[in-house]
Amino acid sequence: MPSLFQQIQAGALWDFHGGVHPPTRKAVTSEKPIISMSLPERLYIPLRQHIGVAGQLLVEVGERVLKGQALTAADNSMTVPVHAPTSGMIIAITDHTSPHPSALPESVIVIEPDGLEEWREREPLNFATADTQTLLERIQDSGIAGMGGAGFPTHIKAGLHQPVDYLIINAVECEPYITADDALMQEAPTTIVKGIDILCKLLNPKAVLIGIEADKPIAAAGMRAACSQREHYYVREVPVKYPSGGEKQLIQLLTNKEVPAGRRPADIGIVMQNIGTAFAIAQAVLDDHPLISRIVTVTGETLQRPQNVQALIGTPVAALLDFCGYQVELEQKVIMGGPMMGFTLPDLAVPVVKTTNCILAPSHTELPNAGPELDCIRCSACADACPATLLPQQLLWYSKAKDHDKLKEYNLADCIECGACAYVCPSEIPLVQYYRIAKAEIREQQREALKAEQAKARFEARNARLEAEKQARLAKNQQLAAARQQSQQQNAGSNTVAAALERIKAKQQNATETAQRSHADIVAEREVKKQQARAYQAQQAAATHTDAESGAQSQSASQNLDATATDPRQAAVAAAIARAKARQQQHTTEPAQTAQSRASAPAVTDSQATQNHADKAPSQDDPRKAAVAAALARAKARKQQQGAEAEQNHAIENNAATAASREATADKAPSHDDPRKAAVAAALARAKARKQQQGAEAEQNSALDNNGEAAASSEAAADKAPSHDDPRKAAVAAALARAKARKQQQGAEAEQNSALDNNGEAAASSEAAADEAPSQDDPRKAAVAAALARAKARKQQAAADTRSASEHDENAQAELAKTKGDSA
Amino acid sequence: MTIITALIALGVLALLFGALLGYSAIRFKVESDPLVEQIDDILPQTQCGQCGYPGCRPYAEAIANGDDINKCPPGGDATIKKLSELMGVEAKPLNAAQEPAVKRVAFIREDECIGCTKCIQACPVDAIVGASKLMHTVLVDECTGCDLCVEPCPVDCIDMIPVPVTAERWKWDLQAIPVKVVE
Repeated sequence: MPSLFQQIQAGALWDFHGGVHPPTRKAVTSEKPIISMSLPERLYIPLRQHIGVAGQLLVEVGERVLKGQALTAADNSMTVPVHAPTSGMIIAITDHTSPHPSALPESVIVIEPDGLEEWREREPLNFATADTQTLLERIQDSGIAGMGGAGFPTHIKAGLHQPVDYLIINAVECEPYITADDALMQEAPTTIVKGIDILCKLLNPKAVLIGIEADKPIAAAGMRAACSQREHYYVREVPVKYPSGGEKQLIQLLTNKEVPAGRRPADIGIVMQNIGTAFAIAQAVLDDHPLISRIVTVTGETLQRPQNVQALIGTPVAALLDFCGYQVELEQKVIMGGPMMGFTLPDLAVPVVKTTNCILAPSHTELPNAGPELDCIRCSACADACPATLLPQQLLWYSKAKDHDKLKEYNLADCIECGACAYVCPSEIPLVQYYRIAKAEIREQQREALKAEQAKARFEARNARLEAEKQARLAKNQQLAAARQQSQQQNAGSNTVAAALERIKAKQQNATETAQRSHADIVAEREVKKQQARAYQAQQAAATHTDAESGAQSQSASQNLDATATDPRQAAVAAAIARAKARQQQHTTEPAQTAQSRASAPAVTDSQATQNHADKAPSQDDPRKAAVAAALARAKARKQQQGAEAEQNHAIENNAATAASREATADKAPSHDDPRKAAVAAALARAKARKQQQGAEAEQNSALDNNGEAAASSEAAADKAPSHDDPRKAAVAAALARAKARKQQQGAEAEQNSALDNNGEAAASSEAAADEAPSQDDPRKAAVAAALARAKARKQQAAADTRSASEHDENAQAELAKTKGDSA
Repeated sequence: MTIITALIALGVLALLFGALLGYSAIRFKVESDPLVEQIDDILPQTQCGQCGYPGCRPYAEAIANGDDINKCPPGGDATIKKLSELMGVEAKPLNAAQEPAVKRVAFIREDECIGCTKCIQACPVDAIVGASKLMHTVLVDECTGCDLCVEPCPVDCIDMIPVPVTAERWKWDLQAIPVKVVE
C-alpha cells in the first residue's frame, strides 16, 4: 500500500462526514473583474481586527497620516497593527459599531481621506535573501491576520517551530455567494504563488496543497499555470460541498488526517493559510504594501451591480453598497459574511475589516426570513449533515437545559458552527444559535470559575496574612507583658515585702523609743522644730517678696529687650504686677506710716484728675488717654519719691516700677486685653503680697534687709520658682525701667523736685504713647485704666484713713499734673 | 482437635485482617471533609457574606451540615442547580430578596476619596490598593463585586458599576440568520 505522501502525490482525495449542498449563487460575481472602489468620505478603522489584543495607538486626532502608515504598534506577539488605508487626516478616535454580531461599540480611528493617496516610504524585501526573522517581522508589521474569517495573526502560524509536513492553501470558498478568493486567483495567481513561496521559506513543508473547489475552473487553471515551475506544489480540485472550506474538513479532504479534538492542525504537522493571506504576504514582503485593502464580494438581489470590490479597510458598508447600486427594500437586511455563517448587520455604518469577505444584501424572495421554530422531531437529519460527526439534536436538548456537563460530554467544543444542521432542519430550529449561546455561557462560566479560584486564593492569602499579623501582635504583646512583669518582679516583687516588714519594724522601734524618751526632750525638740518652721517661713517670705527684683537682676540684661520687643502685652502685665507688689512692699516695710497716707492722698487726687479729664474731653481720645496715663504715672512717681525720701533703695525700686507702669500704660493702648489681664495679675500679686506682709510684720528686719537679700537670693528664687511667670516677667520689665529710673533718680537726688521731673517725663512718655496708639480703643481703655487707678486709690485711702498727711505738697503736685495733663 | 485447629486458624485470620484494616485506616485516611471541598468549589468565592456566613467556605460547611442551598445570590441558579445535584436535594429558587443581578465591580470616585483605608480593610480579596491619606483604587480584575467596601466608606465615593459587556463576553441571541434559499 502506498504511503500517505505517495497517495497525495498521486492526487488522492478523501471525504468528510456530512455536509450540505446549498445553492452556490456564485456565478453572479465570479466572472466579473475586480473593481477598485473610489475613496469613501470617511474610513472607520477598528483598532482590533484580529484575534488577540489591540496594539498601542500611535497617532492622535488631527494628525495627517500617509497611506500605509501604521496607526497602532505591534507591541505584543498577539498583536498586529492597523494601517492608514489612504493618506488623510485623523478626525476622531471614538467608539463605533463593531463588525461583530453583538454590534457593541469598539474604538475606531476615523480618517478623512485627502484624495492624494500619498504613500509612506516603502522598503520592499528580497525574500530570497531575507532571513526568517525579517520576513516574520514584516508579516506582523504589515498587519496580516488570517483573511479566511477567523483573523488569527499570520506571523504566529508562519513562525511555527514544529516541523510542518503539509502547507495547505485554502482556496475553497464553500459558502454560497462568495467569490472573493475566486476573483483574486483569476487576477493574480503569480502574486499568490510568490506568497506561497515566502510561506514555504518560513515553514519548509514537504508539500504544498492548494485546495480549490471544482466549480472554479478558471481559478484552478490559473493557479496550476502559476505553480507549474514548483514541483512540490499540488493544486487539488475538491468536490463542491459545504463546508469543505472549514480547516478541519479541508485537512480531512486533502490528507485524510483528522485534527484531534482540542488540538490544532500544527500538532499533526499541517499549517493552513487562506489564499487571500498568501496574496497579502506577497504584497507585504515584495511591495511593502501593508494590509490596507481587501477584496469583498458585494452581492445580493437588491444590488444593481453585484461584483467583487477592492475595498479599503474601514470603508463603511453603506458606501460599498451604494457603490454597487443598492436599492433598499422594506425590512431589508444586510449580512456580513456568507448566508451560512455570517451575521446580520444592525447598522450600515459598520466598516469593512480584514476578515470581511462578503457583504450580502439579499431580497426577501432570495433569502426569506426564517419561519417559526418548531419542535424537534428527532429526524436526525442534522446528525447526518454534521461535518464534525456530532449529535446536534442532543446538543440542542442540553443547550436548552443549560446542562453544560452533558454538552461537554457531547463535544460541543468541536462544533465549527457551520450551520449545516440548521440548514437541513425541517423544524427550522436555529441550532447553531443555541450552540453559540451555550458556548458563550460555558466560556463565561470557565472565566467565572477561574476568577472564583483566584478570589479564593486571594481570600485565603488575606486570611493567612491577617492571622499572621494577629499572631505577631499577640506574641509581641505577650513579650512586652512578660518583660514588664519581669522588671516589676525585679524591682518590687521581693522588695515590697521586705520594705513593708522594715517599715513595721521601724514603727515599733519608734514607738518604744518615744515611750522611753523624757518629756523634756520632746519639748526641746518641739522648740527646735518651731524655730525651724519660723526660719523657713521668713525665708519663704523673703524669697517671694524679692521675686520681682531677683528676676530683674538676674535676667534683665539678656531678656529685657526681647521681652519688651516681642511681648509688650506681657511686659505690661508684668509691670502691673510689679507695681502692685512694690507698693505693698512699701507699705509693709516702711515703719513710718506717713508714707502710706502720702501715697494714698495723691492717688485720690490723681483719680479725680483723670475723671475730670475724661469728662472734659469725651470726644477727643488722645488728650484723655494722655491725661489718664499721666495721672497714673504721677501718682506712682510721687509715691516713689516719698519712699525715696525714707529709704533710697525703695525709691529706686519704685521708680523702676513707675517707669514700668509708664510703659504699661503706653502698652495698654494697642491691645484690648491689657487692663483685664493687668487686673487679674494685680489681684494675684496682691494676694501674694499679703502673705508677704504677714510674714514681714512678724519680723521688721527682714523687710528692710529685703533689698540686700533680694540681690543675694534673687537668682536662687528665680530658679526655684520658674513656674511663677508673673514675678519674673515683672522683673524683666522692671529691670528695663530701672535703668531709666536710676538715671532719673540721680537727678532726683540732686533736686528735691525729682517728682516734678518724673511727672514731666511721665506725661511726655504718655503723650508719645497716646499718639502712637490707635484711636479706636482709647475711651474704653482710658475708662478701664481710670477705674483701676480708682480702685487702687480707694484701697490705699482706706488704709490711710486715720492718718493725717502733708497733703499740701500733694495737692500742689496734683495741680501741676493737672495743668500738664490739660496741656497734653 | 479439629475444632481447636479451626479456631486457631480463624483467630489468626481475624488478627491478620484486623491488622490490615487498621493499617489501611491510617494509610488511606482522608484529610478533610471532601464534601465541604466540593461545595466550596461550586460556590462563586465572592466572599460577600450575603448568605449570612463570613465567606464561602463557612457557607460550604453549613451546607454540608444541612443548611439551605439557596442562599448564594452571586452564584445564582447555576450554583443552586449544581449544589442540588451534589447534595441530592431539590433545587429551590434563590432565597435572598435580591435577584442575582448583573455582575458588578466596585469603582472608587478617586477625586472624592479621602484615603481612609476603610474599604481596603473591608475587601475580602485585597482588590483595593492605596495607602493612608492617599487615593485608593479598585483592581477591577480582582474585584468580586461583593459590595462589602461600599458600607464602610465615610464619604460614599464607591459605586458598584456593572461590568461592561465586551465582544468576548457577549452571549449570542437567538436572532437566526435565514439559511433557506428558495429555488
